[in-house]
Amino acid sequence: MAIINPRHAAKQLIYERVFRGATLTAAIMVLVILGGVGVSLVRGSWPALSHFGFSFVTREIWNPVTDEFGALAPIYGTVVTSAIAMLIAVPAGFGIALFLTELCPPLLKRPIGVAVELLAAVPSIIFGIWGLFVLAPLLQRHVQPWLIEYVGVVPGIGKLFMGPPYGIGVLTAGFVLAIMVLPFIAATMRDVFDTVPPMLKESGYGLGATTWEVIWHVVVPHSRVGIVGGVMLGLGRALGETMAVTFVIGNAHRISSSLLAPGTTISSSIANEFTEAVGDLYTSSLIALGLLLFMITFSVIAAAQAMLRRIERRASLAL
Amino acid sequence: MSRRKFRKFKNGAFLALSLIATLAGIACLSAILWTLISHGIAGLSWDLFRQMTPPPGSQGGLLNALYGSAVMTLLGILIGSPIGVLAGTYLAEYGHNSRLSILVRFINDVLLSAPSIIVGLFIYEIVVVRMGHFSAIAGAISLAVLAIPVTLRTTEDMLNLVPIGMKDSSAALGAYPWRTIISVLYPAARSGIVTGLLLAIARISGETAPLLFTALNNQFWSTNLNAPMANLPVVIFQFALSPYKDWQNLAWAGALIITVSILILSVSARVLLALLQSKGQSAR
Repeated sequence: MAIINPRHAAKQLIYERVFRGATLTAAIMVLVILGGVGVSLVRGSWPALSHFGFSFVTREIWNPVTDEFGALAPIYGTVVTSAIAMLIAVPAGFGIALFLTELCPPLLKRPIGVAVELLAAVPSIIFGIWGLFVLAPLLQRHVQPWLIEYVGVVPGIGKLFMGPPYGIGVLTAGFVLAIMVLPFIAATMRDVFDTVPPMLKESGYGLGATTWEVIWHVVVPHSRVGIVGGVMLGLGRALGETMAVTFVIGNAHRISSSLLAPGTTISSSIANEFTEAVGDLYTSSLIALGLLLFMITFSVIAAAQAMLRRIERRASLAL
Repeated sequence: MSRRKFRKFKNGAFLALSLIATLAGIACLSAILWTLISHGIAGLSWDLFRQMTPPPGSQGGLLNALYGSAVMTLLGILIGSPIGVLAGTYLAEYGHNSRLSILVRFINDVLLSAPSIIVGLFIYEIVVVRMGHFSAIAGAISLAVLAIPVTLRTTEDMLNLVPIGMKDSSAALGAYPWRTIISVLYPAARSGIVTGLLLAIARISGETAPLLFTALNNQFWSTNLNAPMANLPVVIFQFALSPYKDWQNLAWAGALIITVSILILSVSARVLLALLQSKGQSAR
């Protein structure tokens, strides 16, 4: 523009401010949403928390008739199902990531990678009905009787595998969760393994190391932070997963020593009971469960993101 | 066994284990898809798209649920995606690495993997309690909250992929940043942003937990946004857990419809992105 029209320039400046303001508002909205979630959950759970105090998280009782609520059974169920899921999904995810980065013929690399990612897009309710109609009967008929007969008699860990084979229960929920979080863990680990500079790996091979030795002594130490980040991201998913668990856990508010018994988790309690809850204290107790879940998952996911960020930064510095 | 043999053996064993893990993963995926298809196809018929959800023990379809899911997903995207796109624009074009942007980016990534049931409780508290009843609009808002992080993330990434020269040329012509963004950057990043929208639709159309206490469900045909509305995921949830065979068959058919549409959406988003990347490489 050879000659600047002052009127035009002033108008442009106003548009600029409006547009910039709109984008800034939208960005701040993200913070407001997270703040709003925290505030509304604290407010909604206040009646329960002030009534029960700290004992809310230490008591196992859950009785809508006498209006007595404690969160211990759902917390226990959430922790145990997630632990089972991680015990299965972490080694399997590591194996898949390893296969995709080191072993897979280049021709198959993309299709398998895409299949793993598509598995992550399948909605959780699908895993739920599959778990209920296919996996649970299968476990009930073929796996649980074997566990009860042979592992149930071992002193110590035998306690975990006692009682009748219900099919649904804590163990089945853990299995379904494992299948659900597996794609997340595998995909993140694969991305993290890909950030290892080829030079490092080739130096390992140059010294005569086998593929496994290069992975265990070069790739894993180099990407340790990212691996832990990926695992925790999967853990965050497992802790908060609702629908898949609700179908197969059996919704029983008690802590059983056996993994084969029905149980409950924080999210499945909310999903099962919230719309049917009558009375302020009942509703408020369920929202308090939501607040607990929010705090637990928020800290796990935040820690995971912080770790993954560190490895991304290092990867971009190395380039 | 010599040390060399032992190392070779260990190598082979671990690589075999990783192969087994991959095969097991693929087997699970195929098992789920196979069950879904074999159970779902049996329930598929034109009546699904012509009749309402039935009372227990009789035949029916899923028309009201399909309609409700479509309406709420669409509304959710209409409310959520402008916020996500604008916020992504702020991060990529204005905020860059300011403290606010770093915080927003971090919180957004946390929201991206936060449990959706929490979002449902949040919307229940701020919308359903205020209005005094469950409604389709509350369901749409909770889906919008879930759509924001997905669109924000892709918009920012895609704007960052636009060659810097295009931005500089526009600025050299005297254009203000807003003009550059709207007339140069958005068109250049269009297919990338559309990919983000497709991914967001795929993400929210299968969500069940947040709809349970916002839109609830409705056995009848309803177009009233201010009243509870039927939706596919919640219908699947209720029907699958019921003891009635007819309801279970409908649940399987619904599950097949939902999964196939989500897989189609995800695959087309992926194809679009691949096209975009190959175009970007040939331009360089």
